Amino acid sequence: MYAYDEIDRTLVNERVAEFRDQVKRRLSGELSEDEFKMLRLQNGVYLQLHAYMYRIAIPYGTLASNQLRRLAHVARRYDRGYGHFTTRQNIQFNWIKLAELPDAMADLAEVGIQSMQTSGNNMRNVTSDQWAGVAPGEIEDPRIWAELLRQFTTLHPEFSFLPRKFKIAITASDHDRAAIKIHDIGLRLLKNEQGETGFEVLVGGGLGRSPFIAKTIKPFVHGHDILSYVEAILRVYNQYGRRDNIYKARIKILVHELGIETFAAEVEEEWQQIRDGVLKLDQGIIEDIRSRFFYPAYETLPAMPDELRQAAADPTFEAWRKNSVFAHKTQGYAIVVVSLKPIGKPPGDATADQMDALADIADKYSFGEIRVGHEQNLALPHVRKRDLPAVWKALEAIGLAIPNVNLVSDIIACPGLDYCSLANARSIPIAQEITRRFANHDTANLIGRLHINISGCINACGHHHVGHIGILGVEKNNEEFYQITIGGRADEGAELGSLIGPAVPYAEVADVVEDIVEAYLALRARPEELFVDTVKRLGVEPFRERVYATR
Amino acid sequence: MPLVKGGHIIADAFVRLTDDAELPAQGAILVSETRFLAGPEALAGRTSGKLGVIWPNNRDVDDLVPYLDRLALVALVFPSFRDGRAYTQARLLRERYSYRGELRATGQVLRDQFVFMLRAGFDAFDVKKQADAEAFTETVKRYSVFYQPAGDGRLSALHQRLQLRHSESAGL
Repeated sequence: MYAYDEIDRTLVNERVAEFRDQVKRRLSGELSEDEFKMLRLQNGVYLQLHAYMYRIAIPYGTLASNQLRRLAHVARRYDRGYGHFTTRQNIQFNWIKLAELPDAMADLAEVGIQSMQTSGNNMRNVTSDQWAGVAPGEIEDPRIWAELLRQFTTLHPEFSFLPRKFKIAITASDHDRAAIKIHDIGLRLLKNEQGETGFEVLVGGGLGRSPFIAKTIKPFVHGHDILSYVEAILRVYNQYGRRDNIYKARIKILVHELGIETFAAEVEEEWQQIRDGVLKLDQGIIEDIRSRFFYPAYETLPAMPDELRQAAADPTFEAWRKNSVFAHKTQGYAIVVVSLKPIGKPPGDATADQMDALADIADKYSFGEIRVGHEQNLALPHVRKRDLPAVWKALEAIGLAIPNVNLVSDIIACPGLDYCSLANARSIPIAQEITRRFANHDTANLIGRLHINISGCINACGHHHVGHIGILGVEKNNEEFYQITIGGRADEGAELGSLIGPAVPYAEVADVVEDIVEAYLALRARPEELFVDTVKRLGVEPFRERVYATR
Repeated sequence: MPLVKGGHIIADAFVRLTDDAELPAQGAILVSETRFLAGPEALAGRTSGKLGVIWPNNRDVDDLVPYLDRLALVALVFPSFRDGRAYTQARLLRERYSYRGELRATGQVLRDQFVFMLRAGFDAFDVKKQADAEAFTETVKRYSVFYQPAGDGRLSALHQRLQLRHSESAGL
């Protein structure tokens, strides 16, 4: 947990006052909707199909229990009693009133949460591994650097009106849980031969209409230089990124059109001018930020407590534990992933009551800390293993002991046509239907790890390109059709999925997914071979044959 | 459009010269980049009267650098609120090339950009709306802390914290 100090608090309060003035000017007619649009977008306020939508940042996915309670309060007081967690460590409220937004923003500011730059053509919320600081084998906590970047990117005087939005993600583990290769800048923390911290810098990843996997622009940038190097990339992009066509304005297009070598040379030239300037981070500054993160005082605990041994007799508990409990860097502790994907419900939603209850559970069992992951699930990052049975019971009481983490029903989906004015097709009902088809836990377990990602339009908020099975809603003659890809992945081996066949109508999507899964079960070399590995080994063709033979 | 400089609405001392207008013998003039680049020496060599140039946001400021010490005004352009290229140009002129003359923001200049513009190095503002120009002094007080170091010389939060720490420990 990063603790705000007086400087952070002052800035957020000044932002609230500014936004209050802007809303007042809009409501009085002093500002036109067109003029106001740019201002509200800089504060995470979208105009959706039915109402304003309000998106709030959860930097690097770390939340304190009092912050989660405050989100519950906002859901209850200003919205319809629930919130939606997104794929970029944000939470969205879908029914908020413009006149009440400044009050909601002020309520959140009191606990150090804000919504600056969660939309608009600026540097968005800096995201990271949701298990940062607790994952075994992590090189070091990437959130220190994410926080340095959060501060650097917030209200930047030069880069707040970029050609298009700009997303940065950081990971410090071999297994990439932050999807850095589909970000505008991806940072992979590593140590050089002298044992100094730095980053492999990747650039130009992104999904949408023209998906690209990020390319390495520099294999090692020293930690002291990371802000100046990022500034150099942004400066080149701000000057030369395309502004004539919204679909070609992301940095991935600039990198693609120039070629990574030319782009890298431009950045290098700029960086050489500024690398020893004011952005150079001395160790004192880095340590100052590090000192404001909270780390629990872990006890010395047994690796296998009696409580856990006894609870293992209960098959329901065991099913949940095997699925949702993950190894922690400290003996005797575990990471508990809380699936927000109940069968038949919209993925990523949590009610205000669930948020309040989770905050209580976190206080009691996880040092008051909650994490938010890009798969739209939550996590309790520091649970004593002996408390796992109690945590399970507490989660079950609020309907959140759902043992489907990483399984076929753990679906990523955008809000789609149910909420979004950009969508061509619905996403949530597709996800709901697929979870019903795979509601049987034993079947889902037999299938194993399988990520289904659904987007309701080409903007790809549901990351369909990198789903093991990707589903993209399109419109054909005023009807909802869906293109289906297989073999995508968002991790360290990131790849874009391949189209399996012609688009299918709304009513057939769940059938096709079932057919793909059946084909996989028949084709896999052995039970341990994951879906995505079978696709890699065999290619799309055998799947296409089986799925489309009867269509 | 009202011109704001030094926190006040002032009269513009520069006369905007069209590309084919005759060069006046004296008086401050503001010319387009086309006219400027067609004969920079003649313009800069006038014995009396200041010179300013309107520089477009899609041309590198490098081309302007050889003449900076003879320019009294550089006007950068915001064709729309959304187009932020001139922020980069402003910082380069101020921070890299040490330009000390007037740096004027023109085009779609509204109240809500003032703080960004000041921090990027602008010191004059061709403001679109009268009400925004009148609200200038109030608006630029909106923020008292800043996360990044920029050309305006204000301390970034990172450095401010270190100073606070040092003064605290010195006081012990």
